Amino acid sequence: MTPYLRSGLPKPVPDSDGLDAPFWEGLRSERLLLQRCNGCNGWQWGAEFVCHRCHSFDLRYEETKPDGIIYSHQRVWHPVHPALAEQGPYIIVLVELPHADNVRVVGNLIGDPMQSLVIGARLHGVFEHHPEDDPAHTLLQWAVTD
Amino acid sequence: MSPERTLRGRTAVVGVAETEYYKWGKSPDPEFKLAIEAVLKACADAGIDPRDIDGFSSYSNDRSEASRLSAALGCKQLSFASMQWGGGGGGGSGALANGAAAIATGQAECVVVFRALAQGQFGRFGQGPRIRTVSGHPAHTVPYGLMSAAQMFAMKVTRFMHDYDVHQEALRAISLASYAHAQHNPRAVMYDRPLDEAKYDSSRWITEPFHLFDCCQENDGAAAMILVSAERAKDFPHKPCYVMAAVSGSQHRAGAPVHNTPEYASSGFTTVAPRLYAMAGMKPSDVDVLQSYENFTGGVLMSIVEHGFCAPEECNEFFTIENLLAPSGKLPLNTSGGNLAECYMHGLGLNIEAVRQIWGESTCQIPGANVAMVGSGPMVTPVSSCIFGSEATL
Ligand SMILES: [Zn+2]
Repeated sequence: MTPYLRSGLPKPVPDSDGLDAPFWEGLRSERLLLQRCNGCNGWQWGAEFVCHRCHSFDLRYEETKPDGIIYSHQRVWHPVHPALAEQGPYIIVLVELPHADNVRVVGNLIGDPMQSLVIGARLHGVFEHHPEDDPAHTLLQWAVTD
Repeated sequence: MSPERTLRGRTAVVGVAETEYYKWGKSPDPEFKLAIEAVLKACADAGIDPRDIDGFSSYSNDRSEASRLSAALGCKQLSFASMQWGGGGGGGSGALANGAAAIATGQAECVVVFRALAQGQFGRFGQGPRIRTVSGHPAHTVPYGLMSAAQMFAMKVTRFMHDYDVHQEALRAISLASYAHAQHNPRAVMYDRPLDEAKYDSSRWITEPFHLFDCCQENDGAAAMILVSAERAKDFPHKPCYVMAAVSGSQHRAGAPVHNTPEYASSGFTTVAPRLYAMAGMKPSDVDVLQSYENFTGGVLMSIVEHGFCAPEECNEFFTIENLLAPSGKLPLNTSGGNLAECYMHGLGLNIEAVRQIWGESTCQIPGANVAMVGSGPMVTPVSSCIFGSEATL
């Protein structure tokens, strides 16, 4: 697929502390991996060294289905980065993941940038690969599920 | 709360000042020079020798470092130097709380609370990062085009407006009130630049639900306030403006990364506001005038709800220009023009305006104002708020 946003934005790289590296590696192979606690089995996102529920340091990365619902949204008009100068309006969604304790991730909603936005609408993930970028990476985008 | 564990009435503001307020990049002076100028002017306003300042308190990683300021001003000694953690204007009243706590506990005698900001010299807030790669928590938002303050907060406001059916007109009323008050304030950058409903409605979107006029300015300048003990405060030219309460914080896991805070549709005051009122021994109806930090109008709306002035279901009725205008509105709001229309001095101008209301020196004075509240930096964490009172409130 054509990337949703024009190229030239900062490219994501795993943090030097290693905390979110499995997440980024997972996206490359079209798998959504998030933190899950071996102590209490709860899901957690964004990544942290300790489980906020039971304080276990024993956290694993586990695959979850990239199905979500719109928790909130925004249609951005004003470009704050030169790469987006000619972009026009674009949509950012905050996506709740019911299969993973309703943790949230941020992405773009692909399709018409003027489409109506409905909190609670069901979405499915779309893996957006950037193999030519340096470094190569994959973003997780979203589309409305009919 | 036991009497020993309160800031209520322990300290007072005895001098305030700001530099000239400039549009972004228009300051002829570098940031540190602006800081010095504001501190010296505040000392002159208080009638004190700047060498007697022994404490410095700021926030948002102010670059004008306390030890350098103390040395530059030839202060006799440095007793207290404090930086409130957190970004944005969330520390405006928190820095005041820290300074007041230092004086109340005998750590310092005379603290200056200040903020200096030259976005021309150091780069603008409203722009995304010009970097090739991004890591850590920002890596999970920036590549999706989420990188400015407006974009970080818009989805909180959208969710709140959805949950309580708040209309755009409620945000508009907040913006109109700030601009209306600025027309009386010659210090305001937007003095002589009035705003009406049509101009607001036709202004471009920055990001929905924020029009251009829902967003704060970007400015250069500096502001400072002089704080001393309540005992000493009686000996100054201004009548004392007492700190009746000042608190900071945020609710459970407000800082959960990548927009995962449980209470998402919030300004962050749900635990702070009750502590504020408890310390002051006051309730919302005691407040004569409110200064509420406008990074974006939606944050003001949620702050006002979370400080108990209006139920979330009542926003459309409460947020009208009539209710928010000085002097006769139900809750006069941002009477200097605030961050939207006076100057974006990271909100310290709001604290100064609250003090001027208690002194009777505002350009939009509420007659007989005895209680003035400030809410600082909604939607960041930590946030903070404070209540100033006249002698009658002690
Ligand atoms: Zn756990």
